Amino acid sequence: MTKKRISQALLIIILTLGAITMLVPFIWMLSTALKTAPETVRVPPTWIPKHLQWQNFVTAWHAAPFLTYFINSLIVTTVTTIGQLFTTILAAFAFSRLNFYGKNFLFALFLSTMMVPGEMLIIPNFVTLSKFSLINTFGALIIPWLASFFAVFTLRQTFNAIPNELYYAAKLDGSSDWHFLWTMMVPLSKSAITAIGILEVIGSWNSFMWPLIVTNTAKVRTLPVGLNAFTSDAGTQFQLLMAASTFVILPMIIVYLCLQKYIIAGISKSGLKG
Amino acid sequence: MIKQHPTIKSTLIAFAYLAPMLIITLVFNIYPIFKSFAMSFYTKYDFFTDKVSALGWANYKFIFSDPDFYLSVRNTLIFVLGVVPFSVLLSLIIALLLHRVRFLAGLFKTAYFLPFVTSTVAISLVWQWIYNDQYGLLNAFLSHFGVHPIDWLNDPHWAMPALIIMTIWKGLGFNIILFLVGLSNIDKRYDQVAQIDGANAWQRFIHVTLPLLSPMTFLVSVTSVISGFKVFDEIFVLFGGSPGPGKSTLTIVFYLYQKFYSEWKYGIAAASGVVLFLLILVVTIIQFWYSRKHVHYA
Repeated sequence: MTKKRISQALLIIILTLGAITMLVPFIWMLSTALKTAPETVRVPPTWIPKHLQWQNFVTAWHAAPFLTYFINSLIVTTVTTIGQLFTTILAAFAFSRLNFYGKNFLFALFLSTMMVPGEMLIIPNFVTLSKFSLINTFGALIIPWLASFFAVFTLRQTFNAIPNELYYAAKLDGSSDWHFLWTMMVPLSKSAITAIGILEVIGSWNSFMWPLIVTNTAKVRTLPVGLNAFTSDAGTQFQLLMAASTFVILPMIIVYLCLQKYIIAGISKSGLKG
Repeated sequence: MIKQHPTIKSTLIAFAYLAPMLIITLVFNIYPIFKSFAMSFYTKYDFFTDKVSALGWANYKFIFSDPDFYLSVRNTLIFVLGVVPFSVLLSLIIALLLHRVRFLAGLFKTAYFLPFVTSTVAISLVWQWIYNDQYGLLNAFLSHFGVHPIDWLNDPHWAMPALIIMTIWKGLGFNIILFLVGLSNIDKRYDQVAQIDGANAWQRFIHVTLPLLSPMTFLVSVTSVISGFKVFDEIFVLFGGSPGPGKSTLTIVFYLYQKFYSEWKYGIAAASGVVLFLLILVVTIIQFWYSRKHVHYA
């Protein structure tokens, strides 16, 4: 069995080298964020800063309205995710359990729209939102993302897997559709719903092009747009740029490390997002 | 499913459930698809009043005689061809290794997947710093091998490779997860039977694993190609809001963004969006057509 051991050891070595390569940008970001300005431009570069400059985070945080950006991102992400889950659960239930005229047509219509690149919709959506005077408001950042057919499609599959007998039994007991949905189907699909929710949290938090286009003041900017705006102020102060990047990235890394299994399960179930 | 015929009452109830999703989707997903096509024919358009005073093919004529647009299509294709094959191959190899490793697999997965959950803006800034010609990490690393400093982000020859390397790095984890799902769905007995028949590891990989994995390889390729066609955020941040040195990373979506947001030429931007859509459609159809011959659904 030594041959197996050697091959396992070799595997681990190769995978470790790969993993380190994947992590280098993060390590480099942190390392730079903790350096003094002169140390960032030292040649050859140092990995471990001589004196850890923790105050860089404080300086960067106050160099731009990051608190506002952070709160904005928090609001937009929370409202979008909860709202989208709500519309998704209701629609997935209708497609999974209810009979209605036009069901197949609607489903096919939605499926075919998934092929259309979202970038193409930016222009008409911008015009629509301007008509409602919603540009540069939270409305523009949130409302278009309150529904996702991709999410409906995924959740419908989970709902379909729940045995019909449960539904019949509940009906016989005189339970309403509404009651059945929230007391049976939703709790039974908890992990799928969590997965959809987390993927939306990540997507919403990191979203850039749309918020860039529909915001033009610091008051409503989200973190990625705010960070991008900060680059022109920070100039070549790499330690501040990296400190700011760190606190934009950190919340999602925490979310990911805590809820990893849901995220991976969510992608595994339907790798169509992209 | 309950085999009942829909009634007016059941339809009304169902639409009450569908309504929130339906309203949002109709306004922000379905209507804009048609509106985009329509807008691409607007030649005289007042955005403030949403009034159209002339229609025609002028927007399409414009983009098809605009060297910048051809450049953007060319760059987008180069980008897709640069990213997809490497990304698919690398993630397949790593997934195969991860599938076999018996220790630390979870830890490795975490590391490979980490870039996927991070903000593109933030991580592009980190790469901008890595690519810095004087103080960047990459040039410092390459100097050990006697490579002279490369001006990754300001040299038109190197801007696209820089973008491609970063994109592969960021998307690898997502593809690895999909391949791991594909690998775990393969029945181990196929491999065992082949082994009994005397096939060596390489033969088993080529004749058993690879064909059985082909549906997932296909899915990974299709999603990678589609997202490749839509690249924007990475370019915008990496090159400080510009389409790269000498427009070397001007892609279709960047072209659309410039026409729409910087030049306010809505019709032209919409026309480039339509072309993007058709390009994605054609490439996806070609991939599906190819897959009918080469993808084996076990």
